[in-house]
Amino acid sequence: MAPTAAVTLVFVYGFIAWTVYMSFTGSRMMPVYELIGFDAYTRLWQMERWGVSIRNLLIFGGLFMVLNLALGLLLAVLLDQRIRFEGTLRAIFLYPMALSFIVTGTVWKWMLNPGLGLERSVHLLGWTGFKFDWIINPDYAIYTIVIAGVWQTSGLIMAMFLAALRGVDQDVVKAAYMDGASMPQIYWGIIIPSIRPAFFSAIVVLAHLAVKSFDLVIAMTNGGPGYATDLPSIFMYAMSFQRNNIAVGSATAVMMLCTVMAIVVPYLYSELRPGRRHE
Amino acid sequence: MSEFREFRSTYAATPAGRLGRYSLYALLLLFAAYYLAPLYVMLATSFKPPEEMRESSLFALPRLLQWDTWRMTWSEVCISVNCGGMKPYFANSLAVVLPAVVVSTLIGAINGYALTMWPFRGANLLFGLLLFSCFIPFQAIILPLAQLLGALGMGSSTGWGVMTAYIVYGLGFTTLFFRNYYVTLPRELVKAATIDGAGFFGVFWHILLPISAPIFVVTVIWQFTQIWNDFLFAATLTDGPGQTITVALNNLVKTSQATKRYDVDMAAAVITGLPTLVVYFLAGKYFVRGLTAGAVKG
Repeated sequence: MAPTAAVTLVFVYGFIAWTVYMSFTGSRMMPVYELIGFDAYTRLWQMERWGVSIRNLLIFGGLFMVLNLALGLLLAVLLDQRIRFEGTLRAIFLYPMALSFIVTGTVWKWMLNPGLGLERSVHLLGWTGFKFDWIINPDYAIYTIVIAGVWQTSGLIMAMFLAALRGVDQDVVKAAYMDGASMPQIYWGIIIPSIRPAFFSAIVVLAHLAVKSFDLVIAMTNGGPGYATDLPSIFMYAMSFQRNNIAVGSATAVMMLCTVMAIVVPYLYSELRPGRRHE
Repeated sequence: MSEFREFRSTYAATPAGRLGRYSLYALLLLFAAYYLAPLYVMLATSFKPPEEMRESSLFALPRLLQWDTWRMTWSEVCISVNCGGMKPYFANSLAVVLPAVVVSTLIGAINGYALTMWPFRGANLLFGLLLFSCFIPFQAIILPLAQLLGALGMGSSTGWGVMTAYIVYGLGFTTLFFRNYYVTLPRELVKAATIDGAGFFGVFWHILLPISAPIFVVTVIWQFTQIWNDFLFAATLTDGPGQTITVALNNLVKTSQATKRYDVDMAAAVITGLPTLVVYFLAGKYFVRGLTAGAVKG
């Protein structure tokens, strides 16, 4: 345990401290250890490309969370109806999670390729006016990332909701049924409100996944067209490893870290507290 | 409860109920098709000759199975300047991932055991710090990591750097898994054995290990999937012939050639995804347990 503690302190917390320190320097290609204050942050917030990344994170993160929750819940409720082949269907909904985002991004990029993929398949069906070129359209490309992202993650959310649905107190459900409530009413009025903790967990998982999203964008659009699908993670990578701007890269990393901390720390705190009691 | 169950099954037998059941299954099948479509497209495209791809729909079955694409992708296709196919990168991934999985899992097991069976001051704080490290965006540590590995000579041309990263940043999750498993066992197990004279590792070896098989499976599958699928560390900490397979796939797809071979891209994607898919379909139960353990602590 002692070696792990030491390694964690250095490799996680020491490195974070180093990154925070760098964000207050004027480091370019090589680290410089002279502190110059908030310069990197000022420059960061003045960059148009950073503005695009933030806007994209809000669009992507918001839609990614809402659509995942909606689709995950719908699938979980459907599977909760004592379905034959439930195991097989669950496996089908969840398998994307086993694949690398680079793999699934490659496939989605191919399917969304205007002129060869989905668009052409619809043309061949006879609807020749059909147009679906979002992936190369700067205004819509970010939404194609949402499509692929939701496809990948919704199975996980379904699994979380399904586990929660199975834990609902059946006596309450029965009582409501005896009072003449219909199945949709029972789900909407009783079952779904009672799985609130699962929503909370799902939101935390999704939010932190959204902030960390990187590979999927790299594989699908590489941040493009131009930098239309940039996210803070892509921006950070570009600044640090392609633009040789360690200070701004570090400042970006610190912004990302703060966002994730704001989401995860309260969650971990509330999850760990009841666990402490029986230790 | 039983009346409610009964209601559900008697309702299902009425005409309205039957219609409901049919639409329920139709809806589920529709969703299944949506989730399977990319996997199907990936496989179908990899078997189609380029001419056929230009003529027919994305979803059309391949007329002839063109195995040549697979041979080319595996051992001949050029990825930037290296023309040995996906094979060497597959081997790189195996060489880095397998030791990283074994080492991080073993250390996690010992950590989990120490945290639960040998309580010490600050154990909770340490566990909290480890747990938080599972969630940090790696962008916050990647710059100093690259600097340090470079300075130590474990830079991008060898696999040691990226392997170290996988081990170190996997410890949070592996410790979490074992800790949550061992915390449910009675501590008397250890007390009795220590009275009989067993030491720290004696107890671990003779008492804990024999009952740890399920959690080992979960952890190994989780670590294997996570590390095999990683892109950020691999892209930053490896280069050229030392790259792992996700980086090679990305480079292959990005390589601009006169004629784009989508069949090769798709075959390469299948090759990259195959190991984790196989693990998932053989041991999905354990994979899901890992996923949910990663989301819900306790």
